[in-house]
Amino acid sequence: MEIKLNLNGRAVTASAAPDTMLIDFLREQGCLSVKRGYETSNCGLCTVMMDGKPILSCSTLAARADGHEVYTLEGLQAEAEEFASFVANQGADQCGFCNPGFVMNTIALLRENPDPTDDEIRAFLSGNLCRCSGYESQLRGIRAYLDSRK
Amino acid sequence: MLRIKEYIRPQSLEEAYQLCQKKGNVVLGGMLWLKMQNRSVNTAIDLQDLGLDKIEENDEEYRIGAMVTLRQLEQHAGLERLTHGAMAEAVRHIVGVQFRNLATIGGSIYGRFGFSDVLTLFMAMGAKVELYNGGVMSVEAFTHLPREIRDILVAVIVPKDVKRAAYQSQRNASTDFPVLTCAVCETDEGVTCAVGARPALAVCVKGLPADAPEETAETVTEQLQFGSSLRAGEEYRRRICRVLVRRALEAMNAQEV
Ligand SMILES: Cc1cc2nc3c(=O)[nH]c(=O)nc-3n(C[C@H](O)[C@H](O)[C@H](O)COP(=O)(O)OP(=O)(O)OC[C@H]3O[C@@H](n4cnc5c(N)ncnc54)[C@H](O)[C@@H]3O)c2cc1C
Ligand code: FES
Repeated sequence: MEIKLNLNGRAVTASAAPDTMLIDFLREQGCLSVKRGYETSNCGLCTVMMDGKPILSCSTLAARADGHEVYTLEGLQAEAEEFASFVANQGADQCGFCNPGFVMNTIALLRENPDPTDDEIRAFLSGNLCRCSGYESQLRGIRAYLDSRK
Repeated sequence: MLRIKEYIRPQSLEEAYQLCQKKGNVVLGGMLWLKMQNRSVNTAIDLQDLGLDKIEENDEEYRIGAMVTLRQLEQHAGLERLTHGAMAEAVRHIVGVQFRNLATIGGSIYGRFGFSDVLTLFMAMGAKVELYNGGVMSVEAFTHLPREIRDILVAVIVPKDVKRAAYQSQRNASTDFPVLTCAVCETDEGVTCAVGARPALAVCVKGLPADAPEETAETVTEQLQFGSSLRAGEEYRRRICRVLVRRALEAMNAQEV
């Protein structure tokens, strides 16, 4: 079937099988920031924005994105760069595999709540698993970024 | 793995209903549960064009379209006020924001999952489901319908006569499935307490007093059956039940009507 969507600000038309998942469709479109983790809807590695909301691309049919707007990290580089170095400075990027999903969801958090408390950050990012950092360095990185803006 | 031969977005509820009568066709909610299954589907029926993603209200009730997501429930100011925060408390532990942006109320109620936080709260509130063919019935009555029925859940209706409400759950680890869920809700008819993840489906006990939380928790626990599963044993659940019911009643009693 034919799928038309707005991907990272440009119109894309491509064909996909009815059961192609959005993650596979996006990777075929060259969006390799979208990572596959456990694929049980639990880890958040595959997070992308659909119509401005963070969703799991491993659990969404590509067909459902027809007519919608999808952003991956490739399309949100500038917004990500604002805080990514603060996170890196705290050593939160270790193997780095969870990083794109984590950055996408952090962008969603900061758009919705530009000045979150630590508990609000933890709650919003609870669907982003990381097996290296223990989460404290990620939290410190976001906090350092928020403090730098004050 | 879920294999799908055809994908359709019906343009009317009637079309969706006719499609779902065929064995092998399946209605998509957020697809999160469906996706975990290993099965072949002929036609996947996506309800996204039917305008079922809205929460509407009138003087008597909230009408929550089947495609409303758990995140919409969590963030809705009217439901927050009506339930004194119990709505957000019931869903905020479910995996993560991205997950809750996909999972729907329709799929959560239609699936009639034993572990469901969502079902537990809506049952305690005396909510009703509207089925395209089966009409309107209480969530409680819906849980007794045979699983084989093929219908479309159109909306969930929450009466506004909720005076006070509270929600409690116990998990072995944050964002895991609950080992016990408990919701209490006060209306003019007294207090209703629903307990789920026993691990069987939620059930409710009605006509309870609001005062004496300790004794009421004992009464509720004595009336319910519990079982063992991978996550917790029967006796553990029974003990936790007393604690959660008592805490929920105490939290509810601290609220102003
Ligand atoms: C990893 C994981 C963890 C979870 N943790 C929790 C938890 O802690 N607490 C909790 O309460 N829940 C939990 N859930 C369940 C989740 O919250 C949803 O209830 C579940 O995914 C179903 O919602 P859905 O919208 O994804 O439905 P789907 O998976 O799309 O559908 C579920 C069923 O309902 C049918 N259906 C969907 N919509 C309709 C409709 N409108 N009319 C008729 N039939 C319909 C489908 O055909 C299917 O049979 C978890 C699920 C997963 C996968
Ligand atoms: S790959 Fe999608 S949630 Fe893990």
